[in-house]
Amino acid sequence: MSKDYSARLADIVSDNKDQLLDVWLAGLFSKLMRRDKAGDAEVRQKAAQFLPLLADTLKKSETLNIQSPEWGDLRQLLEEISQSRVRQGFTPIETASFIFSLKEPLFDHLRKALGDDSKQLADSIAVTSTLFDDLGLFTVEVYQKAREQVILRQQQELLELSTPVVQLWDGILALPLIGTLDSARTQVVMESLLEKIVETGSEIAIIDITGVPTVDTLVAQHLLKTIAAARLMGADCIISGIRPQIAQTIVHLGVNLEDVITKSTLADAFIIAMKRTGASINTSESRQQRA
Amino acid sequence: MERIPILRMGRLLLVTIQVDMHDRLAMTLQDDLTARIVKDRANGVLIDISALDIVDSFIGRMISNTAAMAKILDADTVLVGMQPAVAITLVELGLNLTGVRTALNVERGMQMLDRSHE
Repeated sequence: MSKDYSARLADIVSDNKDQLLDVWLAGLFSKLMRRDKAGDAEVRQKAAQFLPLLADTLKKSETLNIQSPEWGDLRQLLEEISQSRVRQGFTPIETASFIFSLKEPLFDHLRKALGDDSKQLADSIAVTSTLFDDLGLFTVEVYQKAREQVILRQQQELLELSTPVVQLWDGILALPLIGTLDSARTQVVMESLLEKIVETGSEIAIIDITGVPTVDTLVAQHLLKTIAAARLMGADCIISGIRPQIAQTIVHLGVNLEDVITKSTLADAFIIAMKRTGASINTSESRQQRA
Repeated sequence: MERIPILRMGRLLLVTIQVDMHDRLAMTLQDDLTARIVKDRANGVLIDISALDIVDSFIGRMISNTAAMAKILDADTVLVGMQPAVAITLVELGLNLTGVRTALNVERGMQMLDRSHE
């Protein structure tokens, strides 16, 4: 049954290709809020690819289920279109209208072909409409997925941006933590710290938590994990920047930080680290006199 | 049978693990190492695991046990050259290897042992 409709649809598409393309694009461009030449050319090219592929697939395919393997090529083309639309910043409506604006011209042709048989016409239009709804929804879905990927990538970048490991001195690393520590971030912090330890051959790492708003048991546990991992690699960690409230919280929570060197400021931690690496700090004479 | 070589440098023993550790190899190493500590009157052991990419809880425990055994035989153990991925795995497994001394590479490990024997 649907085979007849899809064969007819295929004939209509392949017979009236150029005409369909013109009407389709005219309709499509009228819906777009903003246009540029490069974008238009791309859409034109994709649309020109789409029509023969649609006719081809309709002829070959047994089913109108667009998730079936026969529709693979067509799906791929639609994916490309949707993804490029995401990159160019089109809205979902503009993306979906690529498919939906082909409906009208197709219906016109169906009407012309089946004008006298209203039952056939109604059925054809129903079948065609369902098919194009599926295709349109598919483009929106791909659009959504592509957007999610963009968000994911941005999250990843933020994660990396927010955890810099800096070398303070030969053999001394500092890790200024800013923002809340969750499991995912701890993982990144740990990895980047350990990589940097190997890279620079550092013996001491100062973890500065001045920018960490709250320390709960989970954050403390994450910190201790990072310290344990660094110790396994042969580097000692100092925690610095512990604010009075945080010191109170840590004790109230019963977190054991006794095995870890803790300092209230990064400066204190740095002096300890310098002493550990065998360096000594002298204030110049003129400065001392002034004091 | 496959064996992990134990090299003697003065009163130090150097063990470099270059192959993937499987359980039997680890047990053999433990036997060999304790025997050599006694035989060579070693006072320090360096275990270099820089070529080890994968560890499981058994190997982690075995390393920790070996260090404890060496300590009883009056030899300090320093574990050197652990890969970041291995360190993360061990911590996630809950093996913090407390009681085992660690260093970044063989050179640092030797310095550490030298200092403690001075």
